[in-house]
Amino acid sequence: MSLSKIKFDKKIVLSFWIILIALIIAAPTLLPVFRLNLLGRYLSLSIVALGVDLIWGYTGLLSLGQGIFFALGGYCAAMYLQITSSSEFPNNIPEFFALYGVEKLPFFWEPFRSPFFTFFAIWIIPALVAGLIGFLVFRNRIKGVYFSILTQASLLVFFNFFNGQQKLINGTNGLKTDVTQLFGQMVGSESMQRIFFWITAILVIAAWFFAKWVVKGRFGNILIGIRDDEPRVRFTGYNPVIFKTIIFSIAGGLAGISGALYTVQSGIVSPQFMTVPFSIEMVIWVAVGGRGTLLGAILGAVFINYAKSLVSEALPASWMFIQGGLFILVVTALPEGVLGWIQGDGPRNLLQRYGLKRKIETYPSLEVNNKEGNNE
Amino acid sequence: MNNKDLLNLIDITVSFEGFLALNKLNLNLKKGELRAVIGPNGAGKTTFLDVITGKVKPTNGEVIFKGKSLVGRKEHKIARLGVGRKFQSPRIFENLTVKENLELSVTTPKSPLNLINKNIKDEQLNEIDRLMNIVNLAQKVDSKAGSLSHGQKQWLEIAMLVGQKPDLMLVDEPVAGLTDEETDLTADLLKSLSGENTVVVIDHDMEFIRRLDSNVSVLNQGTVLCEGTMETIQKDKKVIDVYLGRPEE
Repeated sequence: MSLSKIKFDKKIVLSFWIILIALIIAAPTLLPVFRLNLLGRYLSLSIVALGVDLIWGYTGLLSLGQGIFFALGGYCAAMYLQITSSSEFPNNIPEFFALYGVEKLPFFWEPFRSPFFTFFAIWIIPALVAGLIGFLVFRNRIKGVYFSILTQASLLVFFNFFNGQQKLINGTNGLKTDVTQLFGQMVGSESMQRIFFWITAILVIAAWFFAKWVVKGRFGNILIGIRDDEPRVRFTGYNPVIFKTIIFSIAGGLAGISGALYTVQSGIVSPQFMTVPFSIEMVIWVAVGGRGTLLGAILGAVFINYAKSLVSEALPASWMFIQGGLFILVVTALPEGVLGWIQGDGPRNLLQRYGLKRKIETYPSLEVNNKEGNNE
Repeated sequence: MNNKDLLNLIDITVSFEGFLALNKLNLNLKKGELRAVIGPNGAGKTTFLDVITGKVKPTNGEVIFKGKSLVGRKEHKIARLGVGRKFQSPRIFENLTVKENLELSVTTPKSPLNLINKNIKDEQLNEIDRLMNIVNLAQKVDSKAGSLSHGQKQWLEIAMLVGQKPDLMLVDEPVAGLTDEETDLTADLLKSLSGENTVVVIDHDMEFIRRLDSNVSVLNQGTVLCEGTMETIQKDKKVIDVYLGRPEE
């Protein structure tokens, strides 16, 4: 079964992108602010989904801990916003510190006074943390289900740490960003939210092209090789540890960017970003959209989340059942996800089943000019 | 041991929880030699390859390749030193095309920085063309390796092995599941590779081994029972007892 490299009609791809870009441009005028804000949040989630597709769809590493890197990016952004907006509070430090009797800013907050530092920290810190965790795990040849469990355990460690540190980062309450100021404007204001929507849309497309570039050519082929037969990669002379660490680190960086964008648009970052179900949902978006397709990860993240908000408004409390059902449906009926099914033989097989398209009569091994055709 | 030897296995013992897969095995290979290794099931043939390629660490003994010890080195480091391996059942990257498979094998250096550069060197492209012609896969360049027939997969893996330019090629059952014609072609291919390369072939197929026309080592119960030409070993009483069976009276 092929999960990637399927030839997809260029015209379809092109027209799809034209429509999508047109929609992004028109969105602020078409959608009410509330909906626009939701769409912006879901688009930012598609960046973390791209990372999940890189590590899971291409490299076969099922991480259930992407929430760590997502939250780290969110915290970096929120710390900067809180600290730049704290001039009228006691000791010139964010307001919440006063609740716990903290008078001096914890040392690790200091660098976040700089917008320059924050800009890099948002993606470099999660990438470094991911690289470190990844290297230790991959070097010890932990893979498969053990890798998944380990990432989930790390997630819980981070969750409990952030949840318990009131005096450092406001613990379970998280850090609010919507009433903070950025460049003289309120972050939660309508005009700022519109700008965040544009930035998010541009970054989603940039991240998509970046991910495409990463998986193109021999580097991407090695990732697929690691997914399909890691020992073979090793005996060919490649060190899988380095490649896995790099791609896990890239996915961590993408998660950080995603988390920062999500934070400024939802108005708060809290340890809730590091709960177990949320990280599993990220995997579901990619599974439903289509593993190893990149575009499927983006579409999966946006559509599932949009469906989630629509369904939750109409039928509260029913979403979990629908999401579970969707996951089961995809795993059993569309193992390659919706986009994987479309790019593969799915539509043709469906048409053939109902007699709407003629079956292909050639047998693959009976090709012309094939001297070895009689092997099997 | 002398300086012309490419590989020396000295008293190799591998114990899997008390079971001796290899028992004080000694084997020396000269540069450019073609060597066949045969033996009944469970004789330790595949473990012998696992020890050389670093997959299994010997409990005791020493592996010297080009004057360096291989024991304790990682698989990919041993591969880079010049040991290539073909597996028993064809292990190729089925989701990649024939060309992409070969690209991964001929690429040097095998570092992430080199791979992220999207342009492969011209001489490596020429090498890929040459390899595809040798193994008759030129028309299949852009086919998924998974869509190839069993024989073509075997040959693609041999081509990938050659593409790595190893000094020592370890080939595990290259003709399993091949037609007679393909078996003959494979034997010729391996013979043509020796001389420039050192090749070790493991197989059960006596006809195939005979065609290789090389020195043969017979393994039994983890140790070398006998070494020599096909004629010598066929007359050896110990070999007849454990492996060939007595000729029908």
